[in-house]
Order: sequence, then C-alpha cells, then structure tokens
Amino acid sequence: MGDRAPAYIGVDVGSSRTKLAVFDAAKQLLGWHVRKSGTDFAATADACLQAGLQMAGRTAGDIVYTVSTGYGRKNVRFADETRTEIGCHAKGCYYYFPMAVSIIDIGGQDNKIIKIDDRGQRISFKMNRKCAAGTGAFLEEMSARLDIPLEDMDGLARKSTDMVKLGSFCTVFSGTEVLENIRRGKQVSDIVKGLFFSVIKRVMEMDSLTERVVMTGGVVANNRYLVQMAEESIGRKILVPEHPQLTGAIGAALYALEISET
Amino acid sequence: MAKDKTSWRKPIKATKEMGRIMAEYFYELNDASKSRRRKIAWCTSVGPAEILRAMGFLVHFPENHGAMLGASRMATDMIPVANARGYSPDICSYLTADVGAYLKGVTPLSKAYPGIDEVPKPDVLVFNTNQCRDVQDWFAWYAKEFGVPIVGIHTHRGIVDVTEVHVPSIAGQMEALIPPLEEISGHKFDMQELKRVVGLSRKCSDLWQEVLFTAASVPSPLTFFDGTIHMGPAVVLRGTQQAIDYYELLLAELKERIANGVAAVEGERFRLYWEGMPVWGRLSAHAKLFSGLRANVLASTYCNSWIFKDFDPDDPFMSMAKAYTELFIVRADDAKEKYIEEMLEFFKVDGIIYHDAKTCPYNTNCRYGMPQRLEQKTGIPSLIINGDLNDLRMISDEQTQTNVEAFIEQLEERK
Ligand code: SF4
Repeated sequence: MGDRAPAYIGVDVGSSRTKLAVFDAAKQLLGWHVRKSGTDFAATADACLQAGLQMAGRTAGDIVYTVSTGYGRKNVRFADETRTEIGCHAKGCYYYFPMAVSIIDIGGQDNKIIKIDDRGQRISFKMNRKCAAGTGAFLEEMSARLDIPLEDMDGLARKSTDMVKLGSFCTVFSGTEVLENIRRGKQVSDIVKGLFFSVIKRVMEMDSLTERVVMTGGVVANNRYLVQMAEESIGRKILVPEHPQLTGAIGAALYALEISET
Repeated sequence: MAKDKTSWRKPIKATKEMGRIMAEYFYELNDASKSRRRKIAWCTSVGPAEILRAMGFLVHFPENHGAMLGASRMATDMIPVANARGYSPDICSYLTADVGAYLKGVTPLSKAYPGIDEVPKPDVLVFNTNQCRDVQDWFAWYAKEFGVPIVGIHTHRGIVDVTEVHVPSIAGQMEALIPPLEEISGHKFDMQELKRVVGLSRKCSDLWQEVLFTAASVPSPLTFFDGTIHMGPAVVLRGTQQAIDYYELLLAELKERIANGVAAVEGERFRLYWEGMPVWGRLSAHAKLFSGLRANVLASTYCNSWIFKDFDPDDPFMSMAKAYTELFIVRADDAKEKYIEEMLEFFKVDGIIYHDAKTCPYNTNCRYGMPQRLEQKTGIPSLIINGDLNDLRMISDEQTQTNVEAFIEQLEERK
C-alpha cells in the first residue's frame, strides 16, 4: 500500500437512491454521495464512487475494500463483498449511537425496525410486508396525486392545524381516501400531515420499540417533521444520526474496514 | 458474508426408487379410473386412509395434487380460474389451484406420467376437518361436480390435551363411515383387514419418524427440502408394504451418511427449523438460498405431521381417532409450543424460520405471538417470511432473500 491513504467504501444501492460513503482507517467519514438509482444500478454506483472519492480526496487506487448493500447490492461491479441492508443499518447506527437501540428506517421501498444490544449486535429485525404503504414510495405516489413537489411535503405538513385521519392499510385505498378529503374541501396541509401520520402508524405497528429509538433513511432525512410526529407518538425523544440517509452506506464502509482488518 | 453459490444439497440416491413407486401408484389409480374396475376414494391428507384401503378403495389425495400444482408452478395460473367462480384468493390455494386446474382440464400428472391426462375420478370423497375447514368445502365442490357421495369426520380443533372427551367421539364418527362405504365399495367391512392396514401404517409412520430424526445428527444427513419430497409415500402410500420398503431403503442411505459423516449441506454452519408449509414453487430456490449460506433447514413441523405414534392395530378405531387428533395442526398454541420446544432441543436448532402462508392460517403459527413467546423462552431467534404454499403472487423473492441473508448474518454475529 506504500504511502497511499487507504479508503474503505460502502455503497448502498436502494430502490430509489444510491448512497456511497468513503472512510479512512481511523473510521472517519471522508466523503459521500447520493444520487437517484435509476435503471442502471451498476452505472449509478460507478458515478457515486467517482463523486465520493473526489469529495474524500482519494483515488480508485486508494481503495482497500468495498462492501455493497441494499436492493441492488449484487449489481455493484467494484464491490468485494455484499451485506444486507439490515446488518449495515445496524452497524451504521451503532457508529453514531453506541448503545442498545431500536432503529426505525424508512426507505424508498421498505421499512425496517432493527433492534441492537449495547454491543451493537442485532437482536431482531422486521421488514415491512409486501405493500408499499408507509414507505417512501407511498409518499412519492401521494405527492404525485396531490401534485405537490416531494420536497414541499414537509413544510406543508408543519402548517397543518386540523390533521385529516386516513385509516387504510393500502396505498391504493389511501389514495381514494385522499381524493374523498379533497372533495370535502379539506386543506392540503391537513391531508399531507395525515399522510405523514399514516407512515408513522404503519411503522409503529411493525414491532415494539425499546427505550432508545433512532430514525434513519432518506425519507427521514428529507422530512424531518416525521421525526417530530414519531416523538409525539411514542412520547420520548428520538435520535437521528448526522446523515440519516447514509446510515446503510456508512455501515457497509465500516464492514469493509472491519473485514480488511481481519 | 462469505457465500458460496455453488454449494447445494446432496442428492439422495433412493429418490429414483421413490419415483418408481409413486409412478406405480399414479398409474394404478389412472387405470382404475379408466376401467372402473376398482373403486376410488379421495381422502384428505390426514384423513382416515386406513379405513378406505381396508375396504378395497384406491386412494387419491387432492392435497398431494395441490402440492404438485405448486411444485410445477402451474398453480398461480390455475388459482384465478377458481377465484372467478367465487373462491376467494384468500382461501386455501391448494383448493383454488386444484379446482382451477380441473376447470381448465389440466393436471401436472400428465407431464410427470405420460398417458395420464386427468385426475382419477372418485366414487366417494372422504374428509377429516382435523386440519382445516377448507377441505370440506373443497370436497363438497367435487361431490357436486361428479355427483358422488361425500362423507367426513368433524374433529374438535384447538385442543390442548387430547382426552377421553375427544377420542371416543371421533372413533364413533369413523365407525359411522363404515355402512355408507360398504355400500359404495360393494365390500363387507373386515376388521382383520383394517388391523393389518393400521399395522402397516404404523410401521410406515415409525420408519418415517426414524428418517426425519436422522437430521438430529451433526452434520445432518437430511434437509427439510428433501423431507418435503420424500414424504410422498408417507402421505399417499401409508398402509401399504411399498411405503415401508421405501423408507427402509431411504433410512439405510441416511444411516450410511451419518456413519461416514456426510452432510446434506456441506460445511453446515447453522441448523434451522422450518415452521409452516413449504413454498412449493420455490423449493429448490429456497434449498439453494439456505445451502448457499451453509445453513441447513433440517427439521420441520410440516414433515413431522405424518408421524402417527398412536396407531395400534389391536384397537384400530380408537387409536386412529387418537392419532389423527394428536396432530400438531389440531392443537392449541400451548401444546404446539411445547412440541416445537422439544424439537428445537432434539435437533439442536440455532434459529427458526416461520412461513406466514397467506392462504393457510392453519399451518401458519406466527400470527398469535408464538415466535415472541418461544424466543423469550428458548433464546432461539426466529424469522418470519411472508409467502404462500402455492400462490406465487403472494411472494417477493427479493424480500425473502434479504430477510434470510440478514437472519444468517444475525446468527453469525451470535456465534
Ligand atoms: S391445511 Fe391449509 S393448505 Fe391444507 S388443505 Fe387446509 S387450508 Fe389448505
């Protein structure tokens, strides 16, 4: 390796976004990149690598080991190994919060609740069932239906004064409920808050939570109001890492570091 | 995770012989159906097959046909045909696949056994509701379709302990089947013959148990996926000498594996228990998924369900009543959990996979808190996978794979 500065790469190819993290041997996050996964996962991962390395001030020659994770983990050409997103989220979270926690991850396609103990070992995990209700895909679908840009949803939800209650489990039925509320002249902000609340409800019914709770994922990164609503729902503070969307990629990079050390 | 996609479960040599006796069984039924020389009864898989055999019937098991529809991946195209007739996609997908295939005029038997182009026509349909209510509805549909009689046994369900209260009433119902069956078969009931058949069934069941229990060896010579294939004779041929001969052959092969330290899954690192039905259309995919991770799913409640410890040729009716009611599926969660706990210990299990089968609540045991209770009691972690026995529309392969890989990672961390 000579005087090269080693780089450890974690790449999380999600159904919606691809996230990449670059670490050094001292477990410092040097660079990262996020972009839409699109239809060519391999090319997207390559592009993320370029950008991430550039931000970290490293080159491809510095890479010691790469671990890929996420839905498209097997499509990453430059990965040495794969890990599941469950393991990577747990590891990424433990990096920021080295304690026993329940992790709520709200992703593009699926939600997870992962429980880890005070040594960072996984005790259990749950992924949502087949339906997209309560995931990022659900909010995307609803933003299209309401014709509101996704990035405006958070601000709108915060303005709500009289939240609309949506009861259905199912994305399609929720869509019908939303239309009904529009017809009844409800405020869009109240409907959006109702949608946020249904995301929280879907997640909370997946598993019980332990004392300390961490929230991660792209949906959380872009809609911080969800965290506040979740806090209100469980009646206690929720921890959020510095880069909630990068948790999986960070965990993957930490695995890369760990594996290359053994 | 170090994963070797090339690893695979070891093929069992006896499979060829099983293929031969199963072919014989299906051709015999087909001949009888065509020539009408022998009477045919349809029976539920844990129904009173012994009585039917003793009375000279050849026996067809629609659930076996349902599983074949699943394994051949024909089921998903058949189910909608039954759905359109008012049979919901939420009910037993054996029923809907089987009825759908009948309505479409197709059967997986044709492909497996050239010359057979339909299921054998029944002279009578005999059910036992010990497993579920769906079998009664299923058979009732065919009774109308073929215009043949349907008779059955109505078993108590959700039983904690099987007691005097339950057994005589079931035995009485079994005896009450005799007069109508005599009429349909044209044979007088012969107690000696029933005793002989129950004796053969008991022997088959004992051997089947021995086969399954070889999986307690470390490494295991057998996988659950092998079990789902090799249970064929225990289901459709129990009460015959062929089934006994076959399990003696299979058992000898497995014992030889044990003696030579041969593992069904090379490099076995984790030993798993399967709770629930197989996903028939994904048998080999699942076998590959687990063996690729060096995990052996080696035991299951499902395959164990054809172990009938209570069969006693000296007291056929009472013992059949007891055996068919002692079954796991008939019991309350207390009894089920006790049973699983024993199995976890006996097979030295590291983790449990629960299959939440969308269309079979009866074989799905993770909906009333059992995984949580068992985990708390035994410390053995578990994973629930969502799927179905036959309806592949209910399955996400990607989710299953990620869940299984993550579960194995979790077990790895604990080692
Ligand atoms: S037990 Fe389940 S799979 Fe078997 S017949 Fe009944 S509903 Fe169908």
